[in-house]
Amino acid sequence: MTYIAKPRVSHPGLPKNELGLTSRDYEGAVSTLCAGCGHDSVTAAIIQAVFELNVEPHMLAKMSGIGCSSKTPAYFVSQSHGFNSVHGRMPSVTTGANAGNRDLMYIGVSGDGDSLSIGVGQFVHAIRRNLNMCYVIENNGVYGLTKGQFSASADIGSLPKKGMPNQQEPIDPVSTALSLGATYIARSFSGDKEQLVPLLKGALLHSGFSLVDIISPCVTFNDHEGSTKSYAHTREFYHHVVNIDYVHPSEEIKAAYAEGEAMPIHLHGGDTIVLRKVDEGYDPTSRASAFKFLRDRFNAGEITTGLLYVNESREEMHELMHNADTPLSKLKFEDLNPGAAELEKLQRRFR
Amino acid sequence: MAAVNDVVIKIATVNGTGSASANGLLRKSIFRMGVPVVGKNYFPSNIQGLPTWYEIRVTGDGYHARSNRVDVMVAMNAQTYARDMAEVVPGGWLIYDSTWPRSALLNRDDISVIGIPLSRMCNERFDGARARILMKNIAYVGAIAALLDIDLDVITALLEETFAAKEHLIASNMEAIRLGHDYAREHFACPLPVHVERMDATKGHIVIDGNTAAGLGCVYAGATVGAWYPITPSTSLMDAFRTYCSKYRVDPETEKRTYCIIQAEDELAAIGMVLGANWVGARSFTPTSGPGISLMSEFIGFAYYAEIPAVIFNVQRTGPSTGMPTRTQQCDIVSCAYASHGDTMHVLLFPADPAECFYMAPLAFDLSERLQTPIMVLSDLDIGMNDWMVPELEWDENYVPDRGKVLGAEELEQMDKFYRYLDVDGDGITYRTLPGEHPKGAYFTRGSGHSKLGGYTEDSDEYQEVVDRLLVKWETARNMVPEAEIRYSKFNKAAILTYGSGDGACKEALDRLEARNIGLNYCRVKAFPFTEAVRSFIEQHEVVYVVEQNRDAQFRTLLINDIDADQNKLVPLLHYNGMPINAGFVVEKVLEEIAKGRAA
Ligand SMILES: Cc1ncc(C[n+]2csc(CCOP(=O)(O)OP(=O)(O)O)c2C)c(N)n1
Ligand code: SF4
Ligand SMILES: [Mg+2]
Repeated sequence: MTYIAKPRVSHPGLPKNELGLTSRDYEGAVSTLCAGCGHDSVTAAIIQAVFELNVEPHMLAKMSGIGCSSKTPAYFVSQSHGFNSVHGRMPSVTTGANAGNRDLMYIGVSGDGDSLSIGVGQFVHAIRRNLNMCYVIENNGVYGLTKGQFSASADIGSLPKKGMPNQQEPIDPVSTALSLGATYIARSFSGDKEQLVPLLKGALLHSGFSLVDIISPCVTFNDHEGSTKSYAHTREFYHHVVNIDYVHPSEEIKAAYAEGEAMPIHLHGGDTIVLRKVDEGYDPTSRASAFKFLRDRFNAGEITTGLLYVNESREEMHELMHNADTPLSKLKFEDLNPGAAELEKLQRRFR
Repeated sequence: MAAVNDVVIKIATVNGTGSASANGLLRKSIFRMGVPVVGKNYFPSNIQGLPTWYEIRVTGDGYHARSNRVDVMVAMNAQTYARDMAEVVPGGWLIYDSTWPRSALLNRDDISVIGIPLSRMCNERFDGARARILMKNIAYVGAIAALLDIDLDVITALLEETFAAKEHLIASNMEAIRLGHDYAREHFACPLPVHVERMDATKGHIVIDGNTAAGLGCVYAGATVGAWYPITPSTSLMDAFRTYCSKYRVDPETEKRTYCIIQAEDELAAIGMVLGANWVGARSFTPTSGPGISLMSEFIGFAYYAEIPAVIFNVQRTGPSTGMPTRTQQCDIVSCAYASHGDTMHVLLFPADPAECFYMAPLAFDLSERLQTPIMVLSDLDIGMNDWMVPELEWDENYVPDRGKVLGAEELEQMDKFYRYLDVDGDGITYRTLPGEHPKGAYFTRGSGHSKLGGYTEDSDEYQEVVDRLLVKWETARNMVPEAEIRYSKFNKAAILTYGSGDGACKEALDRLEARNIGLNYCRVKAFPFTEAVRSFIEQHEVVYVVEQNRDAQFRTLLINDIDADQNKLVPLLHYNGMPINAGFVVEKVLEEIAKGRAA
């Protein structure tokens, strides 16, 4: 039996989705982040994505670690369960939750500190397992919540507000994910909702691990001149390669997508996304060419964005492990317990 | 020296040479003769080439602990020959492989030395290096069988069971048994004055290790998600869970599994997975040892405060740090009781043997879901990896798992509004909901300050209200945990108090002290927090010997801390060299204390 979330307040003018909910019904508590923080824009994009995907709020699980970014699940879909875990450990909690209930849609929100320093181990291992989740990194190059220290995603030469420029090689979540075999990898910008919302939708619907690395400037500690994660810098060096459109199962895919120019990708759940190449030289289905392209553009100082890699053919964690289709948490005790007679029998070995 | 069914045989070998199955065969045949046995492994933290020992205590009295004595040493390892010989009690025996001459310098004239050319005989009879080594092991079993009068029919029956599918192996193994057996018979007076005689004391019993029993207990408890990172001595617990799951939890048609075992990247991840799974309502656990607990601590505190069930088996090994990973201790008592920063306290269970490891598994899940908090089962290497005779395990078909206060969709539908941390019943336990049930059940699980309504807070009163309520829950837990085992010998002002694997040695010590007219009362604690019975037991006595296997008297600290026990009464008797505690130690220490003038 499913229970439909009740519209919280009626907003007669607002459009409704198939569940009869408006985007307001997907909102959460009021954000306490700094005014202008990129993370709030990502929150808004997530709200729009789940609203448009007709996600039943109680079937969504919102996971996070610790940081300004990790606070944000409190600011969207308050009718979903949230799990604000400990610093850097969101992937393990999500892995266990997903192991226990594979029917939920999992979105994890993390920061560059949370995912690339303290939590880098869990981040890479969730990818290796091809955990079925949408993993969002709100990437600002700093630890916002502890007041602006460089994170591991800070670029060489990027200037802090005070002190020496960063000299260490950055960890790029996108190429890391690519090398580890993540099956849906996207990069976007908090300031580009038009690109971001469809990327999030595809990520939420993708079966397996999907990474959405979002440049999300920290206005308080890393938005000044000389920072490579500022709004201005990102806008200037932002380079779209592949954007996507989400196609509802009921919609027909238009034959008008010319070969090479657009490519429909059928997702496991029956949905389809259509890739729209902005840069003809980019092939999002080849890991090798994606690597090279990303490296080259990175060396040229560009920030490559869009759907950078997708592979619908690899099995996700449960499929790889041959787990029951029914969520493990829903199995009946009688079906799990071998019973007294069997216990008697199996102990013969111990006599 | 003569004794029937009271003999300790210790077999010294090199690890990685396949002696385990030979030793198991020997131990099982004695058990099959109806005689109680205890089997202990003393092994190195190494895969191949280092000394390892297996000790079989034949105990007609049915004691559980190791005996601090070796009557018959089977010295198969040249490396340790000198120290193995030194360990034999005066009047005892030493069996060695006389294929190679041993140094005359190593002789002891207070023991009898029995040389059997095991290698030579096996090399003549068997082909292939590996087979020769394996058969040499089987041959010493044959020699011991002759010397201790172990029934060859029993051995044959065991070999037939073991190799039911590989008939040729039965014949070759029997041949090796005969080699050793016949040689011993021909050259030495058999049986020795210490030997085995049939009894009827093992009926209704099994011999099992604690990790196997705990893994099996998790299957019976309905656990579905196991997350772990390998660490000695806990690894075989997950191995057992896997073995029984692959037997009982795989659909024969679809081959789909109703369990999920995840080998995590480390213990931080393992416990994170356990919390995630329990959060969605799947029974989930992790087995680990001390270093794992250190790594898990942040999450354990999270689970305490956010109130998430979790079951952790800590199979303790010798610390601190890496310590002696293949030796036993009860050294994580304090670190588990108060794991994590901030004011945290955790419910601990102390199984005393493998049977309790089995029964405490479903109990731990029930308590963790009822109390919505992590439960740690504190086993140790001695229980977890050694062979204990225990009554056959039984399953009560009427058992219904206690899933605790979980609101279902129907109940939520009827409710006006759900608040996660509201103490509706006054027992400190609040209602929880599972994701995916109902939008009204949604709440935000967090380790940051929260009010009873579940919202984020930095308000002093709201914060304090929740942490104070957790103390109410702690008192509820005190009334829910299993009661201590308490025995009165005759009225006496002195007592022994212990827990976990200290039980066997203490009970045996009580018998020995009784024989000297020192009657002590006994309390074996099964859980933390301590029950009212434990508190009043201590109060009734003038002296309580607290027997434990760590240097710092950690349990004594807990008694003082949790129930304000009078520390002047609590005399620590501490055994912490890494070997399992034995009764002789307890007796000696009690006598020493008495001699010092403490009442007994
Ligand atoms: C174990 C632990 N160490 C340190 C901290 C302090 N801390 C909180 S948030 C944070 C960094 C967060 O950075 P990021 O993930 O990039 O999030 P942002 O605030 O930038 O969005 C740190 C170091 C902590 N909460 N826990
Ligand atoms: S400190 Fe930076 S990251 Fe944190 S809320 Fe403010 S702007 Fe956002
Ligand atoms: Mg950051």
